[in-house]
Amino acid sequence: MLYRESGQFKTSYDADQAVFPILQDRLCIIAILAFAFLAVPFFINDYWANAVLIPFLVYSLAALGLNILTGYCGQLSLGTGGFLAVGGYSSFKLMTSFPELDMILVLGGAGVTTALVGLLFGLPSLRIKGFYLAVATLAAQFFLIWLFYKVPWFYNYNATGQINVFPREALGFLVTTQKADPVVRYLFTLSIVVVFALAAKNMVRGRFGRMWMAIRDMDIAAELIGIRPFLMKLTAFTVSSFYIGVAGALIFSVWLGAAESGETYGINESFLVLFMIIVGGLGSILGSFLGAGFIVLMPIGLKNLLVDWFGMSAVFAKHLEITTFGVLIIFFLIVEPHGLARLWQIIKEKLRLWPFPH
Amino acid sequence: MLFFMETVISGLLAGIMYSLVALGFVLIFKASGVFNFSQGVMALFAALTLVGLLSGTVPFTHVDNPSFAIPAWAAIPLTIIVMIIVAILIERFILRHLVNQEHIILFMAMVGLSYVFEGAGDIIWGSDVKVIDLGLPHGAWDWLLDTHGLYIEKIELVAAAAAVVLVVVLAAFFQKTRIGRALRAVADDHQAALSVGISLRYIWIIVWSVAGIVALVTGVVWGAKSGIQFSLSLIALKALPVLILGGFESIPGAIVGGLIIGVGEKLAEVFGGEVIVAIFGRWFEIDPGIFTATENWFAYVLALIFLLFRPQGLFGEKIIERV
Amino acid sequence: MKLRNWLVAAAAAVVAMPLAAVSASAYELTIPSMDYRTGPYAPNGIPFANGWTDYWTMLNERDGGINGVKIKVVPCETAYNTKQGVECYEKTKKEGSGALVYQPLSTGITYQLIPKASVDNIPIHSMGYGRTSAANGKIFKWVFNFPATYWSQASALVKYIGDKEGGMGKLKGKKITLVYHNSAYGKEPIRTLEELSKKHGFKFTALAVDHPGQEQKATWLKIRRDKPDWILMWGWGVMNQVAIKEAASIRFPMDHFIGVWWSGSENDVKPAGAAAKGYLSGAFHQPGKNFQVHRDILKHLYDAGKAPHPDFKDRVGEVLYNRGLVAALWGSEAVRAAMKIHNTKEITGAMMRDGYEALDVDAARLKELGAEGLTIPVKITCANHEGPRKVAVQQWDGKAWKIVSDFYDPDMDVIQPLIDEDSAKFAKENNITPRDCK
Repeated sequence: MLYRESGQFKTSYDADQAVFPILQDRLCIIAILAFAFLAVPFFINDYWANAVLIPFLVYSLAALGLNILTGYCGQLSLGTGGFLAVGGYSSFKLMTSFPELDMILVLGGAGVTTALVGLLFGLPSLRIKGFYLAVATLAAQFFLIWLFYKVPWFYNYNATGQINVFPREALGFLVTTQKADPVVRYLFTLSIVVVFALAAKNMVRGRFGRMWMAIRDMDIAAELIGIRPFLMKLTAFTVSSFYIGVAGALIFSVWLGAAESGETYGINESFLVLFMIIVGGLGSILGSFLGAGFIVLMPIGLKNLLVDWFGMSAVFAKHLEITTFGVLIIFFLIVEPHGLARLWQIIKEKLRLWPFPH
Repeated sequence: MLFFMETVISGLLAGIMYSLVALGFVLIFKASGVFNFSQGVMALFAALTLVGLLSGTVPFTHVDNPSFAIPAWAAIPLTIIVMIIVAILIERFILRHLVNQEHIILFMAMVGLSYVFEGAGDIIWGSDVKVIDLGLPHGAWDWLLDTHGLYIEKIELVAAAAAVVLVVVLAAFFQKTRIGRALRAVADDHQAALSVGISLRYIWIIVWSVAGIVALVTGVVWGAKSGIQFSLSLIALKALPVLILGGFESIPGAIVGGLIIGVGEKLAEVFGGEVIVAIFGRWFEIDPGIFTATENWFAYVLALIFLLFRPQGLFGEKIIERV
Repeated sequence: MKLRNWLVAAAAAVVAMPLAAVSASAYELTIPSMDYRTGPYAPNGIPFANGWTDYWTMLNERDGGINGVKIKVVPCETAYNTKQGVECYEKTKKEGSGALVYQPLSTGITYQLIPKASVDNIPIHSMGYGRTSAANGKIFKWVFNFPATYWSQASALVKYIGDKEGGMGKLKGKKITLVYHNSAYGKEPIRTLEELSKKHGFKFTALAVDHPGQEQKATWLKIRRDKPDWILMWGWGVMNQVAIKEAASIRFPMDHFIGVWWSGSENDVKPAGAAAKGYLSGAFHQPGKNFQVHRDILKHLYDAGKAPHPDFKDRVGEVLYNRGLVAALWGSEAVRAAMKIHNTKEITGAMMRDGYEALDVDAARLKELGAEGLTIPVKITCANHEGPRKVAVQQWDGKAWKIVSDFYDPDMDVIQPLIDEDSAKFAKENNITPRDCK
């Protein structure tokens, strides 16, 4: 009842090709965006910005990127952390080399750099498949992390290899460092993520997305109908790395403000982002957000629940949190291997009939 | 020259240490198609359990009570029993529900499982560095060092011996016993194995138990070097390049892959800087120290290069693709 | 259904959390404790966190707080992870009456918090770690890194080596190798050691070990080939244990092997057992529990059943325990100083900063505190946030750590320019005008 599309007639090609062809979807999206842009800024404080919302948004962006590669094009990658690092360090280099550059351009530059690096590491994907590829992308992960420690040029020859962000503006608003208003930083991140999400949504339902999915479903068959796997895999690597690069730059500049390659962008990040898209749903834009939300918010929520409500000691709560995290992930994979996005689909089906299911 | 030999021998022995970890992966992958990422944490968990029993740690309190200490001859079988129980639990609560899922889902479930092991290990046994004392030898092989100036660590020889014993026992187990034949049947074709009346669940429990025992050996040998502590779980990452090099399904592959990786990375770490300076030093000023700490990535790059020529690994089954 | 319950519970917890934080009651001195009792570095994090927490709690139990004001220690688990550290910081900074000082404990978290400190007005005490150039109080107003930095320590250790070799002149032609954790932390001493090698003419090589350092055979094969006279180590976590074991295996003389003070705790030498005997490390405080303050802690906390972590009674007095304790001791003195300066009992983070800057704990005061000889006297000034800059060397005798040398002063001719250069760079990049410290 709530979610019935009957009666919504499409009378033009434009209407037929709309990103969200169903009225309810459109309303829902508008409501969420309005809430995020207009309501959230009123109750946001440092804690919400730094510990909850900005991490959620940034990881959503990274998950979007990985989802394009893994969910849509079927190329398993464990090099996400390394690509995030490329984004972070290239944004640092851009910021220091061109102090006047607007943050939006810095992020774009970081994305492009990462895209090129991703292109390079995507080359083996034509020959190597499945798990072998996943492990091969670990080569990228470890190599890049090592590189950012070992080549002093990347961190401007300082003593330690830690990089620090400087006050920088985007369109006249200060968006980096702790001095920036949390509201501004949040809105900045949000706008970027929204733009990128819409772009991704359009991309995956367009020509490229369809070709990627063809490759994912069966690359040989796709090749037979005239899709060039090499080109498509490389474009997937490039686009995905672009997203991940921007996310990496945001992690460094807007969220954390300081970074160290192995510590901020370590192998754990690769697994976390992969978790996000699997728990959220492979091959789903919505899934990237749901997955990021789950993986980012669940530990924080659990921690606060255990420590503040049940009064457990911080250390026991942490151990319990790690265990519960593992259990929940296994539980999810068992209950719904297609992820949270699939759950949402089921709910939609239910809502279509509700309240008269028979 | 002697030093070069020393490097190669150390590489071979380190490679065997990697193979030990990789063995556990291969066993499980062969029998159930599961890429068991939690093998590293299993090694930690098994070793923690053994140390806990040996030193009489009361579970969940992290306090040692020497009067509960159990001698090694009893503690080792007890640990094995614990690992078998763990295998049964894993089968009961995870694998059974994930039959026929895609590889990646199984893989992520195993990563999830490694979190469970990590948390459980911490809760039960505490997160301190523990010292394992099973009378394994320490230090260099004195005779060789004194007479020939050749440096080889005794613990690595023990590891090599353990690996040889494990491989022989596993080979015998796979080739000669009834269960072994069933295992091979399952590895070849789940459906066919089921249809001739082999119980998949039973086989899985066996395989996971064996992997648990391999994990115990790995944990003890690695733990003898560093003490038993959380970082032990990260040895899984050392095994991955070995696996892709050797092929996921092959036990000989795990051994040969380990040896290649071990020698390769030791040579790279020791001589890499000098080689680079020798080649590029004419044009650029290069600090030979730049090529240190390569052990994390070099193995992966080495494996990647091999893969470009043999995408299924050295001993992996040929990938046949049909439309 | 189950799933939805979980989600609802998680969401509810997130929503309810800031509400819980707001409910403030009477004024308490809020001391956050950034513990890392989990993760790969937990073995080191546990004793430090115990020492830090125990001392504050003991003040509550023995004296009823500081000047009658109760102390509230707020633990938060960071797992030595930067991102969790940020969450912890944001969560605890407004806790109760507002956090007074952060002891971030990881290099990564310290670098995170340095820019935040000046905005949130909460001082940071990165005791012997973190950013070295923060020693320059003119630029890093909110950061304190007394009693000594990595650079001072590197220099002091070289002085010790010089002493053992029979004078700094004898260093010429000697080989000193640094084995370091490949991270920001491990790289800290490199520049100083390079400068010193130029000055004294010893040959310096740096060998990196990648995280976690479980496997470092190749590094030690190189050392076996190069036969350095001395090895310095900036190691952390499992790297320490493996390195000490490998060094013993290649028969490197242990008394020529010096670790940084984070590589010199009971945990690091335990797995190597007897082979580690003679191993040295930097130190700025005594190990052991033969001090009045330890007796007080045992009496008022552990024996009275009020210890926050009663399992660890045997481990009171370990090297890292004492380090946490010393940090808390200086912190409590800073609280007193702040109360005195501002003539109030309800101090804020900003007042606490003034307290740290006016900190003056001399030998007599240490004695009053029941910690005679436990550590060196500290006096902080506006320009010098590194304080005394004194480093001694301690040795593992197979059973316990013992300080075996004098306290060395670092070679400030070499270090001061480095600090000035690095802090000036920071000031320039962040548009900070140095304070006038008159």
